[in-house]
Amino acid sequence: MNGVINWLTDPAHWSGDDGVVRRLVEHLEYSLVAVLIAAVVAIPLGLFVGHTGRGRFAVVNAAGAARAVPSLGLLFIAVMFVGPRLSGDAAFVLPCEIVLVVLAIPPILAGTYSGVEEVDSAARDAAKGMGMRGTEVLAKVELPCALPLIFSGLRSATLQVVATATIAATVGLGGLGRFLIDGLSVRDYDQMAAGAVLVAALALAVDVVFALVQRYAVSPGLTGRRVRRAAEPGVTPELAVHVTA
Amino acid sequence: MTWFTQHISEVLDLTLKHAYLAGVPLILGLIISIPLGWLARRYKVLYVPLIAGTGLLYTIPSLALFILMPLFIGTRILDSVNVIVAMTIYTVALLVRTVADGLGAVPDAVAQSATAMGFNRPRRLFMVELPLAAPVISAGLRVAAVSNVSIVSVAAIIGVPQLGSLFTDGFRRDYADPIVVGVVACVLLALVFDGVILAVTRLVTPWQRVRRAA
Amino acid sequence: MNLRKTPLALIVGAALLSLAACGGGGDPLDTTGSVDSGGSKDSGTIVVGSADFPESALLAEIYAGALEAKGVKVEKKLNIGSREAYIPALKDGSIDLIPEYTGVLAQYFNEKASATESDAVYAELKAALPDTLTVLDKSAAEDKDAVVVTQATADKYHLTSIGDLKPVAGDLTLGGPPEWKTRPTGVPGLEKVYGLKFKSFRALDAGGPLTVKALENGQIDAGNIFTTDPNIETKHFVVLQDPENLYAAQNVVPLITKSKVNDTITQALNAVSAALDTDTLTALLKRVVIDKEDEADVAADFLKEHDLG
Repeated sequence: MNGVINWLTDPAHWSGDDGVVRRLVEHLEYSLVAVLIAAVVAIPLGLFVGHTGRGRFAVVNAAGAARAVPSLGLLFIAVMFVGPRLSGDAAFVLPCEIVLVVLAIPPILAGTYSGVEEVDSAARDAAKGMGMRGTEVLAKVELPCALPLIFSGLRSATLQVVATATIAATVGLGGLGRFLIDGLSVRDYDQMAAGAVLVAALALAVDVVFALVQRYAVSPGLTGRRVRRAAEPGVTPELAVHVTA
Repeated sequence: MTWFTQHISEVLDLTLKHAYLAGVPLILGLIISIPLGWLARRYKVLYVPLIAGTGLLYTIPSLALFILMPLFIGTRILDSVNVIVAMTIYTVALLVRTVADGLGAVPDAVAQSATAMGFNRPRRLFMVELPLAAPVISAGLRVAAVSNVSIVSVAAIIGVPQLGSLFTDGFRRDYADPIVVGVVACVLLALVFDGVILAVTRLVTPWQRVRRAA
Repeated sequence: MNLRKTPLALIVGAALLSLAACGGGGDPLDTTGSVDSGGSKDSGTIVVGSADFPESALLAEIYAGALEAKGVKVEKKLNIGSREAYIPALKDGSIDLIPEYTGVLAQYFNEKASATESDAVYAELKAALPDTLTVLDKSAAEDKDAVVVTQATADKYHLTSIGDLKPVAGDLTLGGPPEWKTRPTGVPGLEKVYGLKFKSFRALDAGGPLTVKALENGQIDAGNIFTTDPNIETKHFVVLQDPENLYAAQNVVPLITKSKVNDTITQALNAVSAALDTDTLTALLKRVVIDKEDEADVAADFLKEHDLG
């Protein structure tokens, strides 16, 4: 325990090429780029599936299958096949981003289409009653109402990506995983444990930031998930799935 | 694929080890989550701390937890027990909220009629509320199962033998075949877990089938 | 809903789930892989370990095969990690035998080790070893660390020896295993002996495909690759000469716990060391790394060819 604290309080470990600050920034870069790309892909797709109900079966199952693919294996395969076609750092960063994007898409997708589906049909009908058509309903009513679940999906995705970005270090990239891998190879437990603590702290910080953003970005009329005793057994498995994922 | 046919027994052995490392935490996690989830529901004041607390555990990245575990339970870093304990923590983190929400979805009317029929609290929990919450809990369990199978493979980095070892071995030798076989095996294993959980849920909730048929 | 059947169904369900999860018989926590899960089960069994690169695993398989052919019971724990990882395992009894290299091993136990010629290094090694460990005969086969660059880089900066890197190192990136950051044969050693200060160091793998790939696609300019690596020939890499002998003689040698040594083992392993030379080792390694054959199969072929297995 002491060793970890000593390692963390040593200023030499924080600055420089190999320092905590640089690794932290790298880690965040890898993670945020992946979540952004995943959101750009998954949110429109989820909105489409939720709004029109088309392709739901295919999308839900594909997302479920994608969750089952082990990230480490996918990373190695991507480096072996995509890597040789690129040069410099990109040969390793791109495969890593591919893996993180594949990881981030299912939760965002699930959050989005569930969010849209769960919108109270009364609100939808009211919108139609006011004369709104298809995309207007989507943009002005369904999307804002779906925001809590979309946010929940984004939050879940970001957390998973930040956690998994540690494996980027196994293919020579940076990020906080570097301390875990380097410490592991020379059995420097202090470095390993310090790296582990840092990653956990980062994940926590990201989660807290998301919680705050969620609280203030979502319309106060929607007070987020509150499970009441329903009139009849009504919490569907899908709702539970994206809630817990 | 010739590599696979020449190494079937090795792959099978690793698959069983992987199933053990991913599956035992599922059971342990479920057993631990049920009382915790029930507590969260029963004493409203505990809901937020319990759910937030366990949710916090899920934010700890897997490789980090495998490495930090020895500090807490005094094992060596390369011990498989670390993996089991860490995976159980993740399973609990996922399931406590599911159990709490599942129990919460049981209609008041049903719970009250059970009490009216003479069920005491524990009986009501095990014979009425849990079975009714089963679909929701099972959905959470399926997510946990798939997630566990994927996370366990990361333990190959610290040398624990399971399907993830195929990834590190293959990459070390610049050989794609073992890696691909490993990925496919993981996905199949996740599907098997998913199917088993689904089947058990159907067994435990016969009224769902009746309702669908009706 | 039959109230009485539900608990039974739950129990059956739990049993089914545990069956599915604990599929294979026995306790997987007991098997090889966890280096710290105690040593050999009885005094006659030798636990052979290896480092996490293919040549080490290959040599371990050869040792294991030779011992088994002489009736010794063998347990294998391959791909443990770097020296910093497996020497503690050797010391605490988790493994008994591991293939090693004279020069770097001598330096590991004695920082001041300075011999460079094969016999002198071997003598220094024997003197430096802790009481519980010993080495058997050394082999003629050698595999050294090397600083390697691509043909293009060598042409661009007119590089033939490591010292030639001095003026340009500040613009170049060095790649090697993570342990090179602290090892005397790594970054600190290159600076001390050749005055090299690279722009940056990239932690990759121990002379493995990651380093080779990184060198090929320009992620690093110079990399740590082992001299027996077939990729050097196939990819036309240039091995920079080492006139200051930073990398001393590196003969393959079995490192073994003294208490486990007996005549059978000594004879078997010495015979292996006698039969191995650098060219043979390189050829065997090529089969593993390029042809993707299993280390165990290649080892078996070698032993059969030399009447050792």
